[in-house]
Amino acid sequence: MKIQHALTAAALVAFSGLAQAQVDPLHVRSLAASCAACHGTDGRAQPGMISLAGVPKEVTLQKMLDYKAGRIPAATIMHQLAKGYSDEQIAAIAGYFAAQKN
Amino acid sequence: MQRRHFLQTGSALGAMGLVTGCATVGGGSGPKVVVIGGGYSGATAAKYLRMWSEHKIQVTLVEPSDAFMSCPMSNLVIGGSRTINEITTPYDNLTKRHGVKVVKDRVNSIDADKRIVKLAGGAELTYDRLIVSPGVDFMWETLPGMNKAGAKDKVMHAWKAGEQTVTLRKQLEAMPDGGVFAMSIPLAPYRCPPGPYERACQAAEYISKAKPKSKVIILDANDDVTSKGALFKKAWSERYKGIIEYRGKHNVTDVDAATNTLKFEFNEDIKASVLNVIPSMRAGDIAVNAGLATANKRWCEVDFLTFESKAAKNVHVLGDAIQIAPGMPKSGHMANQHGKTCAAAVIALLMGKEVNPMPIYNNTCYSYVSSKDVVHVASVHRYDAEKKTMLAVPGSGGLSSAANELEGVYAWSWAQNIWADTLA
Repeated sequence: MKIQHALTAAALVAFSGLAQAQVDPLHVRSLAASCAACHGTDGRAQPGMISLAGVPKEVTLQKMLDYKAGRIPAATIMHQLAKGYSDEQIAAIAGYFAAQKN
Repeated sequence: MQRRHFLQTGSALGAMGLVTGCATVGGGSGPKVVVIGGGYSGATAAKYLRMWSEHKIQVTLVEPSDAFMSCPMSNLVIGGSRTINEITTPYDNLTKRHGVKVVKDRVNSIDADKRIVKLAGGAELTYDRLIVSPGVDFMWETLPGMNKAGAKDKVMHAWKAGEQTVTLRKQLEAMPDGGVFAMSIPLAPYRCPPGPYERACQAAEYISKAKPKSKVIILDANDDVTSKGALFKKAWSERYKGIIEYRGKHNVTDVDAATNTLKFEFNEDIKASVLNVIPSMRAGDIAVNAGLATANKRWCEVDFLTFESKAAKNVHVLGDAIQIAPGMPKSGHMANQHGKTCAAAVIALLMGKEVNPMPIYNNTCYSYVSSKDVVHVASVHRYDAEKKTMLAVPGSGGLSSAANELEGVYAWSWAQNIWADTLA
């Protein structure tokens, strides 16, 4: 199962690389900004919340896919929010935050 | 043409380091955006307009208050676990870090044809695009007794954080043990659907410790609790049994401030030691006076791709003042998201670029059922091109399974983050 997840994630990373190239980066910026109210402007969070800035794309992507699939048992809110975004949108968001300085 | 020309030279200047945040406050010759109102939507729009335009757009924010006082978390001040200072943030970082010109004044009128905003202090501001984010004002005409002399000084709404919040706290503190705290809730839609129920919890927690013979009575014009109903009712029956009494279908039609009495459409009068009347509300005065409130003269209809008003060109309306999309709450979190969506669209429009054809954003709303335990409701909203509105994404969103302390930590962290995202 784990291998399969890893493969799915890897495939998504590869796919989203393509998809992202076609998406206007300004719109990706807006997409990522929808996370900022909790995770800080450009993913640089205030103390007490997880910063997303500078986190490798695969890490954020995998975490979000796990939330989305209900694989994180102690989730409070992120499993509900993750389900609102397509895998491609999540990959684009993860890529945006990976490129931000923390 | 001139604008386009500036944008080209603007980037050249930027490359030379001449266009920086602080250096261009109030100066420069780039496109001008005026933002009316420095709440969750207006302040966010001002900041992101500067940030995302790489300081090419000149932004003036008109706001009468000295500092931003947050409605979210203000119920904790009423409950006594936080102070007003802890929920107050100055506006100076918008200027220092982002080069937003903040003008402390009120707007008297908007001339959308000439693109001029007239301020109470006499100044006139011209704009290329205007963002109106006035929040809500109250429909006092629905409660005649509240217009009598002194009534508004005695009976608090505390639905705009500030002096009223502090006064309501003092009134609760001064209430004798055995007193009744009665709060009225208007028919939806109103700002912050779960807010009144959270406030009841905060008052009840304080009362349970400080004056246990007292009661909280909630008089709700709606048929039933409008948000997080099961979670609030569980808190009331388990944590505040015998303290909180909830009565739905209680529509307040008048208030006698002299005798602290609420009058209803169908029910008997209720007299209390402390009244908290949350009146029906509508878009802020400036939006209504400018003819922007096209929905029942109450809320402002907008194009959800740009937040441009359906009534006036080059004028955008944000936050609690808008006619909401289905399932979209009037919340601070949502207003913050409006601010960014509008900022991106205004930049695209001023720079001749494509407006994002599919905005998507979320709402996260925490309510404290005690000073520590919290419940949330969350949702994700995306643009539906066919229906031309924002719709909740099927299968997304949801509620807490039960009140818990971990979300209490997240809730306070949410506040720190959204205040910084909006103002720093």
